[in-house]
Amino acid sequence: MKETSITQELYRPLSPARTAFSRGMTTIAFLLSGLALLPLLAILFEILRQGIPNLKWEVLTSLPAPVGMEGLPSGFANAIVGTVIMVGIASLISIPVGVLTAIYLAEFSKGSPIAHLIRFVVTVLSGVPSIVVGVFAYAVVVLTFKGFSAFAGGFALSVIMLPIVILATEEALKLVPTSLRLASSALGASRFQTVFRVTIATALPGITTGVLLAVARAAGETAPLLFTALFSQNWFEGLTSPTASLSVLIYNYASSAYAEQNTLAWTASLILVGIVLLVNVASRIVTSNRFKIR
Amino acid sequence: MQFSFHDSATDPSSPTASGMTPALRVKDLAFYYGSQKAIESVSMDIYQGQVTAIIGPSGCGKSTFLKALNRISELEGTVRVEGQVEFFGQNIYSRQVNLNRLRRQIGMVFQKPNPFPISIYDNVAYGVRVYSRPSRSSLDETVESALKSAALWSEVKDNLNKSALGLSGGQQQRLCIARALAVKPKILLMDEPCSALDPIATMKIEELIDHLRQELTIAIVTHNMQQASRVSQYTAFFSTDESRIGQLIEFGSTAQIFMEASQPRTRDYVEGRFG
Repeated sequence: MKETSITQELYRPLSPARTAFSRGMTTIAFLLSGLALLPLLAILFEILRQGIPNLKWEVLTSLPAPVGMEGLPSGFANAIVGTVIMVGIASLISIPVGVLTAIYLAEFSKGSPIAHLIRFVVTVLSGVPSIVVGVFAYAVVVLTFKGFSAFAGGFALSVIMLPIVILATEEALKLVPTSLRLASSALGASRFQTVFRVTIATALPGITTGVLLAVARAAGETAPLLFTALFSQNWFEGLTSPTASLSVLIYNYASSAYAEQNTLAWTASLILVGIVLLVNVASRIVTSNRFKIR
Repeated sequence: MQFSFHDSATDPSSPTASGMTPALRVKDLAFYYGSQKAIESVSMDIYQGQVTAIIGPSGCGKSTFLKALNRISELEGTVRVEGQVEFFGQNIYSRQVNLNRLRRQIGMVFQKPNPFPISIYDNVAYGVRVYSRPSRSSLDETVESALKSAALWSEVKDNLNKSALGLSGGQQQRLCIARALAVKPKILLMDEPCSALDPIATMKIEELIDHLRQELTIAIVTHNMQQASRVSQYTAFFSTDESRIGQLIEFGSTAQIFMEASQPRTRDYVEGRFG
């Protein structure tokens, strides 16, 4: 057999039209991906351009100088401390509640109607605008305790974090193979032991990722803090006092009439983006270790 | 003396006519997944110190039957059981049964190796730690002896703190056997333990099964007829009819099932004419 039939032919190229179409689409997809990256790169570029010149050690260590006081060291150390403290409070509230809720949903609810309801409500909560969360925290905490406070800010942030923690943790728990649960039960472990010694241990990298993403999200939120933690020009004065945060500082100073405050806002943006980026990178590292053999 | 496997002796722990003590005695067992009947009217004994092979075509309820013996199937969905399974005279489906104790007595090795993603040592120690707080030295001893019983010790003794996921498939399956042995079960259920393994790993596990028989009772589901004939003393043949409900067709000594089966369906299956 010398002649190969057309159906056996391996070396026939695609038709020129199809080749051209394929190349064209690849090019378009590539260009559009570039376009999607453009806003991110533009933001980063502008923040670096405007923020770096003023990035001195003193901005990380001193308070904002009163307007008009030339020569005084000016910075936003109080806002960094405030953000860390309020995100810390939010984590203390949302991580235990969120992780335990997810454990209930993934391990104990067995698809009951209540579980479906909880999952639905959590999904809705994750879509609630953050300004509404701020109003809610204002009504629940600020009005009740008659004052703006770091605690109110942390509470508002915890409401933002909660659905992220729950949904991410549940996903991580669902990824744990059933065969491991069966293996544990077959060795005489109770359901509680199986969940806490096998399922959670196996899902821990995924849970950590979810928690870190929630932390990054909370660190960048402004709206929930606007009328809960308010702002402060002073050092952190306790959980019951108004407290500065990076995001609110940026909000206030960016629209300020004073040039030195505008500069400070740019530098604060740089620091905030840096913090968020760092947390995201940390979560990536944790995730990439998930399937690594120890 | 009559040679019968469906002995209807009333005292469950008394030796049967064959002179064997049943470790598990299954009486008229029917099993449902939801409302779907999966197996029905199974009555057989699993004798102490013997290897019982469970063979049959796909979908005949072999695995379902095996998983009913330590009630592990209850974790996979809603199930219902009729009839009785007696473990040394105690009905395992009684309400008073402590499932954790039951499963510690009746261990299981699954079709696919499923080691925990932790160290080799911690895998073997897991079951022991679940119900006791052993001292480090006694735990070391238990782990070593379990790994030795599973013929894995010489291969892993220098790497006990390495991840179990780094082992080969055959080693992982022997690790799972070691893990099951560490809690000192009376019975070991094996659900096609070699189906994911190569012939050499399979051979090692078969040798292991023969060796383990001295200490415990084994029930093994297998698709591989040669394996059943090599490792078992007793064989149960399951099959289905048009209703798709699994049934026990024949139970007897392995020699009897493979050489002179009384049921034509059993003969056809072991001779490879169907299934």
